[in-house]
Amino acid sequence: MAKRKKAEEILDEETKKKEVERSESEETISKIEKEKLSRENIESHYQPVFKQVANISFGVLSPRIVKKMSAAKIVTPELYDKEGYPVDGGLMDVRLGVIDPGLRCKTCGGKLKECVGHFGYIELARSVIHVKFVRVIQLMLRSFCRECGRILIPQDKIPKYKSYLSKIEQEHGVEAKWIAVKNIIDGLKTTTKCPHCKSKQLKISLEKPTTFIEGERRISPVEIRARLEKITDDDCELFGLNPIAARPEWVVLTILAIPPVTVRPSITLESGERSEDDLTHKLGDIVRINQRLFENINAGAPEIIIEDLWDLLQYHVTTFFDNSISQLPPARHRSGQPLKTITERIKSKEGRIRHNLAGKRTNFCARTVISPDPMLGINEVGVPNITAKKLTVPETVNEWNLNYLKKFVEKGPTKYPGANYVVRPDGKKKKITEETKEALLEEIQPGYVIERHLLDGDIALFNRQPSLHRMSMMCHRVRVLPYKTLRINPAVCNPYNADFDGDEMNLHIPQTEESRAEAEILMEVQTQIISPRYGLSVIGCIQDAISGNYLLTKRGKMLKEDAMQLLCSVGVTDFSKFPNKKELNGNEIFSYLLPEGCDYIGKTKSGDEIIIEDGKIVKGYIDSKSIGGEGEGLLLRTLHKNYGPAKTVEILHQIEKLGCEYLMICGLTSGLADEDLPDRATEEINKILTDAEAEVQEFIDQYKANDLEAFPGRSIAETLELKILERLNKARNAIGKVVKDHVDDKTNQTVAMINSGARGNILNIVQMAACVGQQALRGKRIEKGYKGRTLSCFSKGDLGTKAHGFVSIGFKQGLKPHELFFIAMTGRDALMDTALRTPKSGYLYRRLANTLQDLRVEYDGTVRDANGRIIQFLYGEDNIDVSRSENGIIDIERLNKLAK
Amino acid sequence: MVHQDLKEFEGKLPELLIKQIEEICPASKIKKVAKMALKEYESSKIDPGESVGLVAAQSIGEPGTQMTLNTFHFAGVAEMNVTMGLPRIIEILDGRKTIKTPMMEIFLKSPYNKGKGIREIAMKLKETKVGEIIHEIQINLAELKILCHFNMDKLADLDLKISKVADSLGKAKGVAKEVKAKVEGDIIVLKMKEEGSINELYKLKEKIKNVPICGIKGIKQVLPVKRKEEFLIITAGTNLKKILELDFVDTTRTISNDIYEIAAVLGIEATRHAIIDEVFKVIEAQGLNIDIRHIMLVADTMTVSGVIKGITRYGVVSEKASVLARASFETPIRHIVNAALTGETDKLNSVVENVMLNQAVPVGTGLPGLKVKTTKEK
Repeated sequence: MAKRKKAEEILDEETKKKEVERSESEETISKIEKEKLSRENIESHYQPVFKQVANISFGVLSPRIVKKMSAAKIVTPELYDKEGYPVDGGLMDVRLGVIDPGLRCKTCGGKLKECVGHFGYIELARSVIHVKFVRVIQLMLRSFCRECGRILIPQDKIPKYKSYLSKIEQEHGVEAKWIAVKNIIDGLKTTTKCPHCKSKQLKISLEKPTTFIEGERRISPVEIRARLEKITDDDCELFGLNPIAARPEWVVLTILAIPPVTVRPSITLESGERSEDDLTHKLGDIVRINQRLFENINAGAPEIIIEDLWDLLQYHVTTFFDNSISQLPPARHRSGQPLKTITERIKSKEGRIRHNLAGKRTNFCARTVISPDPMLGINEVGVPNITAKKLTVPETVNEWNLNYLKKFVEKGPTKYPGANYVVRPDGKKKKITEETKEALLEEIQPGYVIERHLLDGDIALFNRQPSLHRMSMMCHRVRVLPYKTLRINPAVCNPYNADFDGDEMNLHIPQTEESRAEAEILMEVQTQIISPRYGLSVIGCIQDAISGNYLLTKRGKMLKEDAMQLLCSVGVTDFSKFPNKKELNGNEIFSYLLPEGCDYIGKTKSGDEIIIEDGKIVKGYIDSKSIGGEGEGLLLRTLHKNYGPAKTVEILHQIEKLGCEYLMICGLTSGLADEDLPDRATEEINKILTDAEAEVQEFIDQYKANDLEAFPGRSIAETLELKILERLNKARNAIGKVVKDHVDDKTNQTVAMINSGARGNILNIVQMAACVGQQALRGKRIEKGYKGRTLSCFSKGDLGTKAHGFVSIGFKQGLKPHELFFIAMTGRDALMDTALRTPKSGYLYRRLANTLQDLRVEYDGTVRDANGRIIQFLYGEDNIDVSRSENGIIDIERLNKLAK
Repeated sequence: MVHQDLKEFEGKLPELLIKQIEEICPASKIKKVAKMALKEYESSKIDPGESVGLVAAQSIGEPGTQMTLNTFHFAGVAEMNVTMGLPRIIEILDGRKTIKTPMMEIFLKSPYNKGKGIREIAMKLKETKVGEIIHEIQINLAELKILCHFNMDKLADLDLKISKVADSLGKAKGVAKEVKAKVEGDIIVLKMKEEGSINELYKLKEKIKNVPICGIKGIKQVLPVKRKEEFLIITAGTNLKKILELDFVDTTRTISNDIYEIAAVLGIEATRHAIIDEVFKVIEAQGLNIDIRHIMLVADTMTVSGVIKGITRYGVVSEKASVLARASFETPIRHIVNAALTGETDKLNSVVENVMLNQAVPVGTGLPGLKVKTTKEK
């Protein structure tokens, strides 16, 4: 008993005591910060004193502590008196904190927002069980003697099990330990007798949610509490409870803590009516029933009535903690919608933990539609001027920038570039208006902070959801532009996975010097060029920028003057090294952008070699394999390696502009005629198709005659399917080859796009011009549909190519109805696949991120988790940062070539 | 033996790089290349405090949306269902005990790896039950007899004699007690030992069909295939332990895709390797590019404790020390209730808890602290 007293004293001292009933950590934190936030402190230090929370302890509140930490005892279910003032001893008692402006808290004297609220308590007429602990209570009743309260394991065997149990706790958690204790007791032969006092034990069963039955008889919470009180502290520890944090009897409630008013604020409706929070409603029910129970007990009412009321009280307390217990009808509003009580507040994605604690919201952000602008630098973001006037950057006034900053204040909030607020050293914020402007200008002196409008070159964080990797949020430089969209260079579409079909993105303006420095050093676009996923460039040219450079370097030719004009528009100003020739070819123009001494050997998309020596393209041409994004542009990787991120971004931007500018000169048009094939080709294709058809028919005939030889482990029907599929695939590949041979990128700009790797695939042309091909559903030909056939226009048992989804004609010639139908089928299948995949992969990502988030590289090179446990002795077995390597390796062969 | 010029680089460069330098470079260049490699290696080392876990999670999670859901088929003619794409990755990372398509790749010792007699071997591996080689089964109600007509061709295929089948039937569990087996030509006659009901006879018939005759338990399908220059056997269903006991199997390369089986037979290090290999195989097949280091890190977290722990609330997450970290993942109430009963203390040394409290996160730039040397004021 002495020990317990001491324990309670310890707990008393521990103000950051966490209580389960109100396990919202928010409040615990506010408790810790209570001192910091109290009125005097706020007034004397305008800046809060920052303290670090070292740890948070969890435990169960004992009745003593509930009383001790309470500011008021709640005795009446009434909330307000006639004047609308909170009733003393009611649930909205001003001692529990205030939610009305103008009132002062009677406990701490704080006004609204200053007082964080204080707990109250209700004395329950009869004790009730806490639902969240029912499982432990059940296990405890089964594991401890009903008479003497000792654990039902013989004294001599306790040491033996002790180590075994602690091992279980370490490996599988406490819950497993409790069950293990129960299993040990069940396994003992003397189950029905207490090994200590030899009294007989009865079977205890739980009638969900909160009724315990021993043998035939129901045991009341009062009895349960009495039994749990008898358990010794040593036995508690053996069982798996910490008697200091949670004495067994505390799980049966004798008094109930009432959360502060600030936790359950009421809302005033337009009509002036007050609408109370769900928790207040529930507490009102509890207080009301509790009063009635008191009265009935005092009046000596018959046992049945008391029992009924007691059950009702149990129900209300239970639903106060959790209103989604399957055995209980949920408590509802008058409108029939279930109340949101404590468990519902904490739980799930919209609950306190994941919504408010692990997820934060910010000010100083903007969100609109994005649109492309290739003239914008790769690390820039175009901000509409309206937005730039709303978003601000705080700048502290000192002697040297006083006049500079005064200019902003002078312009005020409406003229750009102006300022919106002036912050005095004591923390008072003053809005700049026409009226206050003069006074403020006079007042400003070093130490003041001016919240000025966004300027060109300011630092901003730019983000697009879903933020799947770190390149989804990068730091850009602001460029204030007219019109109303946020603009980005199309080269950064890849890392954001953005397009411009209506995508919206978010912009955040960091407000402190530290955050700006961190954003600039760690998150700016150029630092993110190389993906940590595969060590290649994610940022690169797309679309027109690629096809433009392709056409330029493959067969561009220009007069010297035109070439200079082109380069000039790209941003080249130094023409001192410009070759003195009358006419320049595309390679020479492109090479002018590359730095001297740049060597590169690579392959193009079609497998040709491209060689750059000393900054000159010696052989080959540029395509997506050199300058593309998403792990394609190897030239970019080389530039990054040799010249660093800043230079790479600069060159990349010039290359991009060059491509676009060149296309504006030479033009790029794609039209229906691009899908025309010469008659010769059409004939060839038809022949391939008829041949394939004939051969398939042959297979079918063989199959029908039972002549087909089955593949090992397959039936003949399956073999036939496989053979047909294979044959048709062969035919389609042959057609692809024919088409490829008959188009070229000189006359056909669709093909130019394909060959450059800018967009599209040769298959797209084949599908349009010649033959769509086999429509496959789950890796097989289309089978489903009517009985014995795919569609009603075919005869039953038709195994032919057409009846099972082979579309032998191109999109341009037009589809037959059944063909369209087959394509719609596979289209739907693909749609479903994506719809099902997204949530699945999202969940996988959440789980991975949650488990791995606290792994980090230590100073000794090991990878450890939060407990300090070593996961890897050397990161990735060689300590290489993927985003600093080339595709995850150090290329010895390249070094070998370089070494002279 | 390491080259003379490379000696000084040992311990400074990773072994793999040293090996590569030796293989690729001519002797005259070795020193120069090694120096360059060292310079590059030093500059590409990872920074302390780097949040490698999250980077790995992002690297695997981000391309997840690009993976297919469908189970694909084995390339070419020989078809066998294999779980691929996202479902397979989920299956591995979950640490599921039963996987959808257990498979083995059995490599063979010479001469079998040249394709000689591979079909016969394969057939012997396959678990065959009586029901599969039976041609017809008759029940004689009057005499309480079961007559099994065997398909002699299939028996010959499996290199079995009918007497042997009768023997194994006579020993089989659940069957042997009740019947006596007798061979009559290509028929096995089973007579019930005791008088039983007709119902029992029917039940017995079903039992007989399920008696394994030959092969290895769990191997449901076999497929000899040629890969590159070598023949190997691919099976549906696994039994790594039994297969490795066979003398014609190349035990160094034969592998199962069931990570739990590997853990039981070959141990945890092999399991880690198997996880890396299996995940990498899927990613490669999807045409995605993820660096192997990220997969290694995931495999390592799954296996550090010596047993396989999946990336689930029952696996790795349950081992976290922080109550709030566990609560922020799944089933928050349960974690908080248990923490209260055991009086746990959250030391706030991982990421989420500090996010919750608006404090610096102990990774990356949040990790280093400042220590100020103070002198006492006079």
